[in-house]
Amino acid sequence: MPNIFSEKQCVISGVGQSEIGRRLPRNGLQLTVDAVKQALDDAGLSRSDIDGVSSWPGQMQHAAPGFSPVSITDLREAMDLKLSWYNAGIESTQMSAIINACMAVASGQARHVICFRTMTEASSMAKGTRSSVQGTGSQRISGPFQWQLPFGAFSASSWAALVASRYMHEFGATREQLAQIALNARSNAMLNERAVYRDPLTMEDYLASRMISDPLCLFDCDVPIDGSTVIIISHKDCVPDLKSKAIHIEAIGGPLYGRDSWDQQDDLTRFGAEDAGKMLWSRTDFKPKDVDFAELYDGFSFLTLLWLEGLGFCGRGEAAAFVEGGQRIGRDGELPLASHGGQLSAGRTHGLGYFHEAVKQLRGEAGSHQLSGDRKLAVVSNGGGNLSGAALLRSD
Amino acid sequence: MTDTNALEKTVGPTPELDELNSFFWTSGADGQLRMQYCEACQYWQHPPSVCCRKCLGEDIAAKPMSGTGTVAALTVNRMPWIPGLKIPYILVIVELDEQVGLRLTSAMPSVEPGKVAIGDRVKVCFEQREDVWMPFFELL
Repeated sequence: MPNIFSEKQCVISGVGQSEIGRRLPRNGLQLTVDAVKQALDDAGLSRSDIDGVSSWPGQMQHAAPGFSPVSITDLREAMDLKLSWYNAGIESTQMSAIINACMAVASGQARHVICFRTMTEASSMAKGTRSSVQGTGSQRISGPFQWQLPFGAFSASSWAALVASRYMHEFGATREQLAQIALNARSNAMLNERAVYRDPLTMEDYLASRMISDPLCLFDCDVPIDGSTVIIISHKDCVPDLKSKAIHIEAIGGPLYGRDSWDQQDDLTRFGAEDAGKMLWSRTDFKPKDVDFAELYDGFSFLTLLWLEGLGFCGRGEAAAFVEGGQRIGRDGELPLASHGGQLSAGRTHGLGYFHEAVKQLRGEAGSHQLSGDRKLAVVSNGGGNLSGAALLRSD
Repeated sequence: MTDTNALEKTVGPTPELDELNSFFWTSGADGQLRMQYCEACQYWQHPPSVCCRKCLGEDIAAKPMSGTGTVAALTVNRMPWIPGLKIPYILVIVELDEQVGLRLTSAMPSVEPGKVAIGDRVKVCFEQREDVWMPFFELL
């Protein structure tokens, strides 16, 4: 495998995460600074070492309150960072913050890049503004949302539910099978003192819960939070100077091969997950069978099924059977998923939270929710619809 | 073509009309659904664009369609996302008869949840919302 790929020149040198919660008394910028300080300390770097900042999607507080309240400028000014390179923008995969940081470091534009993702959706909802529901104002709708919102498809829960209904129709998947994603996340969250939802969740609770948009119920949808996650990408030459164990980025990619749409793709139930999987495995000699655990996107439980198939952990249409009963994806199963509780139970950190968790597990620093045994190789995936990215992280 | 005037009007935002999408959103004024069609490729495309996705040619005039199709995906939304929204209601992705994979996300406001399933045959019905004709669907 060629060693010229940018990610192979880079490591994750430090990770940090603010308090994660439902309505915190600290604002988005405060939470971001909390996470940066923690990540710097974790890496053994000082702020003067930082010469790059990367984020996705960039500040969009006006368009979607709480979805991305902090700009790179906000953080730069707050911490007086001296930046050789900085970049954020929404027209990319969620994982672009890390992909771009790797390219910047490999090409010499920067040496240590802070990647951050901050959400204050819980506080925004408490104030009556829900970022996940577009088009609730009096303004007219333009752009891609015009093909969904005017019909009453206001929320991604309905967009994902439509595709889930098709998937269940084609492959005979059941709610009981889908439930395993939510139940597994909750049982892991019960071990994680930082998770938002830690009460036991049974199949009966799941089946009796409120439907949001059929076939997705309350427990199929992730939980909005306030919180910030920071991942620092550094050149691999820095490894000897780092305080914590560096985690290598074996492969990463965020392609867009298919229609950028929730209804026009060639096959309704094949999302970008499959393309991200193809790209990921083309950049490494490792195979899906080598993976020790996976932190797969679970903004909706159903999306995890598509990721299992897209990344090659099971065949097309087999994901529901793969998770049936829950043992295979449990902590001692062949492919543990959502070891911290996922976004479903630990909170919607929206992408970078999975990297934080994978790094902690690979270092053996996950504490009360550390997986047993020696875990050396992890897949992280982000996204639903055609917004997709996947990464393969290794500890040595 | 039936209209839904007899029913309570749906609630939702109105699309912003522009040079690309106006034909689509006003198409229902004469009771017909239209999409762009490339004569050279014999290819329908949606959403509207500046050229044919296949040949990049610009001969892609809006063309009237049968307005019939098959329910490819179905959900019942049960959340009152905005004030005045009557729940529950049916959302669908309809695969239009003209071409495999040519679809429209829409709703079936005149149909009771539980009365439609994936695979059912449907036809378009329009509801005027300001200067826009919303293409909804009903059972064929």
